[in-house]
Amino acid sequence: MTSGAPSTTVLSENDISRALTRIAHEILERNKGGADLVLLGIPTRGAPLARRLGERILAAEGRPDAPLEDLVGTLDITMHRDDLRRNPTRALEPTRIPSGGLDEKVVVLVDDVLYSGRTIRAALDAISDLGRPRAVQLAVLVDRGHRELPIRADYIGKNLPTSRSERVSVRLTELDGTDSVVLSS
Amino acid sequence: MTTYLIRAASVLGGERSDLYLADGVIAALGADAADAATTARADGVDVVEIDASTLIALPGLVDLHTHLREPGREDAETVASGTRAAAVGGFTCVHAMANTDPVADTAGVVEQVWRLGEDAGWAQVRPVGAVTVGLRGEQLAELGAMADSAAAVRVFSDDGKCVDDPVLMRRALEYVKAFDGVVAQHAQEPRLTQGALMHEGVVSAELGLTGWPAVAEEAIVARDVLLAEHVGSRVHICHLSTAGSVDIVRWAKARGIDVTAEVTPHHLILTDEAVRGYDPQFKVNPPLRTAADVAAVRAGLADGTIDIVATDHAPHPDEDKDCEFAAAAMGMTGLETALSVVVAAMVDNPEYDFDWADVARTMSTTPAAIGRVAEQGRPLEVGEPANLVLVDPDATWTVDPAALRTASENTPFASDELPARVIATFWRGRATVLDGEPRARTDVRA
Amino acid sequence: MRHLLSAADLSRAEAIEILDTTATMAATQSREIKKLPALRGLTVVNLFFEDSTRTRISFEAAAKRLSADVINFSAKGSSVSKGESLKDTALTLAAMGADAVVIRHQASGAPHRLATSGWVRTPVVNAGDGMHQHPTQALLDAFTMRRHLAGGGEAGPDGIGRDLAGAKVVIVGDVLHSRVARSNVDLLHTLGADVTLVAPPTLLPVGVHTWPCAVSYDLNATIADVRPDAIMMLRVQRERMSSAGGGFFPSPMEYSRRYGLDGTRLAALPEHCVVMHPGPMNRGLEISAKAADSPRSTIVEQVANGVAVRMAVLYLLLAGGTETEGSR
Repeated sequence: MTSGAPSTTVLSENDISRALTRIAHEILERNKGGADLVLLGIPTRGAPLARRLGERILAAEGRPDAPLEDLVGTLDITMHRDDLRRNPTRALEPTRIPSGGLDEKVVVLVDDVLYSGRTIRAALDAISDLGRPRAVQLAVLVDRGHRELPIRADYIGKNLPTSRSERVSVRLTELDGTDSVVLSS
Repeated sequence: MTTYLIRAASVLGGERSDLYLADGVIAALGADAADAATTARADGVDVVEIDASTLIALPGLVDLHTHLREPGREDAETVASGTRAAAVGGFTCVHAMANTDPVADTAGVVEQVWRLGEDAGWAQVRPVGAVTVGLRGEQLAELGAMADSAAAVRVFSDDGKCVDDPVLMRRALEYVKAFDGVVAQHAQEPRLTQGALMHEGVVSAELGLTGWPAVAEEAIVARDVLLAEHVGSRVHICHLSTAGSVDIVRWAKARGIDVTAEVTPHHLILTDEAVRGYDPQFKVNPPLRTAADVAAVRAGLADGTIDIVATDHAPHPDEDKDCEFAAAAMGMTGLETALSVVVAAMVDNPEYDFDWADVARTMSTTPAAIGRVAEQGRPLEVGEPANLVLVDPDATWTVDPAALRTASENTPFASDELPARVIATFWRGRATVLDGEPRARTDVRA
Repeated sequence: MRHLLSAADLSRAEAIEILDTTATMAATQSREIKKLPALRGLTVVNLFFEDSTRTRISFEAAAKRLSADVINFSAKGSSVSKGESLKDTALTLAAMGADAVVIRHQASGAPHRLATSGWVRTPVVNAGDGMHQHPTQALLDAFTMRRHLAGGGEAGPDGIGRDLAGAKVVIVGDVLHSRVARSNVDLLHTLGADVTLVAPPTLLPVGVHTWPCAVSYDLNATIADVRPDAIMMLRVQRERMSSAGGGFFPSPMEYSRRYGLDGTRLAALPEHCVVMHPGPMNRGLEISAKAADSPRSTIVEQVANGVAVRMAVLYLLLAGGTETEGSR
């Protein structure tokens, strides 16, 4: 982020927490419980978000001590990106699928920001190599618009109208030491 | 016939003097030179005046070790192209090695090479005769016939291959005494160097290239000086490259053995570190050695243990170098860079007390003496043959392989900046090079 | 990283990045669908001037699992002075639109020439050159060692992010002619392992004292003194004992007695020590069947890891755009 550029905090720590709690309940409501759910976080920041959602879902279902690993995994989509060769080589992040696999599960993809939709397209490709879920849904913390593909989110923390020149930065305690979403130009 | 009045040249780097070249000899020196030129002009003789007030005059350089490739590999070099390169490098005489195709192992071939040299007119060509038939190391070639031929061969060598059979070497050393010849040995124990690609040591171990151990040279040098002592012959060691060889030759000379030795310019300045990039331009036989060896051959040249510098000019076409290291030919060109490299390694090097008179000694006088070339390597005195070179010691130049006059581009000094430049070369009184440019016989007004 | 020519060119960080990427690749290879689309549309040429079905198949599998197209060019016997030169072969491949060249060549330095001569502009991967280097072999060996010696805890079974600091590795056999030994010494040293080479003096290169490792002529003493965490047996060619082959040792029997990994030496190794061999093995010469087939042998695992390592290398060399250097 360029320092000195005008920037606005659009989500605070509390806002993020509330949004995730709401999404967790929406997921449970829509899927009538957490039985067949698998949450797959897309690295980098989708992964901790998925864990937080998983914790909330387990808590809401009254089984906070159940192993989170059976509900939450990570899905690295780097090798499925269509812009792989336009950018410098990216380090691969691990893909970890809960031991129950994906077949006949309801997979909820979790990412921080929904923008062009290309990441989600790559994620859908990656999922199809791993199994055949009953359904795939999408949860994002921020939807900033400007879609380039016919993709929409099922669960949205905040709709944030932006211009293409603006930049949305999501910071999470696990990686950045603080929770916030900042819009800068 | 054009005559030349050379003004104020520093003779052997010492006092300045005028020199007047006419009728193939140094006709006058000092104050007499200008007078002689004036008289000649009055008689209608063409006198070209050369300002040499920033130049050094040396006797024309003599190379005891040149590969002219003709006959057989005219794609790499011809006698004409090689001697033209020699002239540009300041040489007035080259010894053409015998490993041609056919091998120079008969009077016919050596006379052909000698004749090609005379016809080309760039420098005196002294063919080297093969020691053994076909360089095969099995039986002596007709050394006497080559000695008695028009080429008057005095240096015999299987260069490229070692005369490794000790009995055959002994016979050769003995036999050439009959006509005051000398055997120039390519010292390389063949079994110790099978498949060898570079100096065996730290760098070869890392690069995984088969090593050429120093001992393979030293063992032969030691054997041959002892053989020469035993039969009372002189022996010459080609392209000596290791510290151990320097020690052995030093020991042999102290003992009174009639041994002479040469070092190449590249062994005076390059080390096996240059091979790290696998660039075949640094593939040469004997291989580039270590920094300690370079220091030893420099010291040996400075103290006279090593008698001469010889180029081992070895031209190869691009296709023999533009390939993987193992497949590449061995050798590098050297005629046009030799003087500059010696200046860089020795004259300009404060570690050694090596002056221009030493350059004349090691690159002209002594090589001519070893090769028994009466008319070369003479002092710059009145009545002596007009074989000389004018050098600008302060010039620097950048080596452009394509611009060199040799027909091949395999110099290891590409893009290097070197000191000292040959400005003019005179052979038998005729300028073969003027203003640094070669001048064919047809360029000269008769 | 523009090319992979020598294990010595890799920094610790680069080496760990390759090993970590290998772990990710390896994980994908247990899936039902092993193929990944990362290199779709790219062409990898396997340029093999020397027979090596194993290495070629490993690279081929790696490239194909990343969805690259693979052209195999076997040029055995057509190299060096006869037939087409390396240069012309390279120019031909470049003209055909190769995006990466994997080269195996009997001449040390041939991959280096290919990468630096301007004949091709693509990344070059050294799949073994003469007696020089075989970097992907060293990487798969290091990956295998890391899994066994540094795996566990937070770093997971593959030891993600870790090096091999303090690991004691003994490499036994024909070091002189071995590109595997050279590559392993370089890479293991970079990763912090302590390497000891064990060989008869005839099979060690002059100059080995400058390598970043210890050297011994005595295998029994080394096993007792070093207490290795991993022991790697190198292939020894029987023909090297003859005079024509260089006369490096008196007989296979004597070699085996002094330097072979037999049952007694296997029993003398620490419990956790893994037994490695780059293959193909000479059972009964440098390694006994008992040692090769023992549970601590990683020889088959090494082959499997070879595909993952080569996937990682191809991915890291090819997946990024043009500005891959230093800008990850």
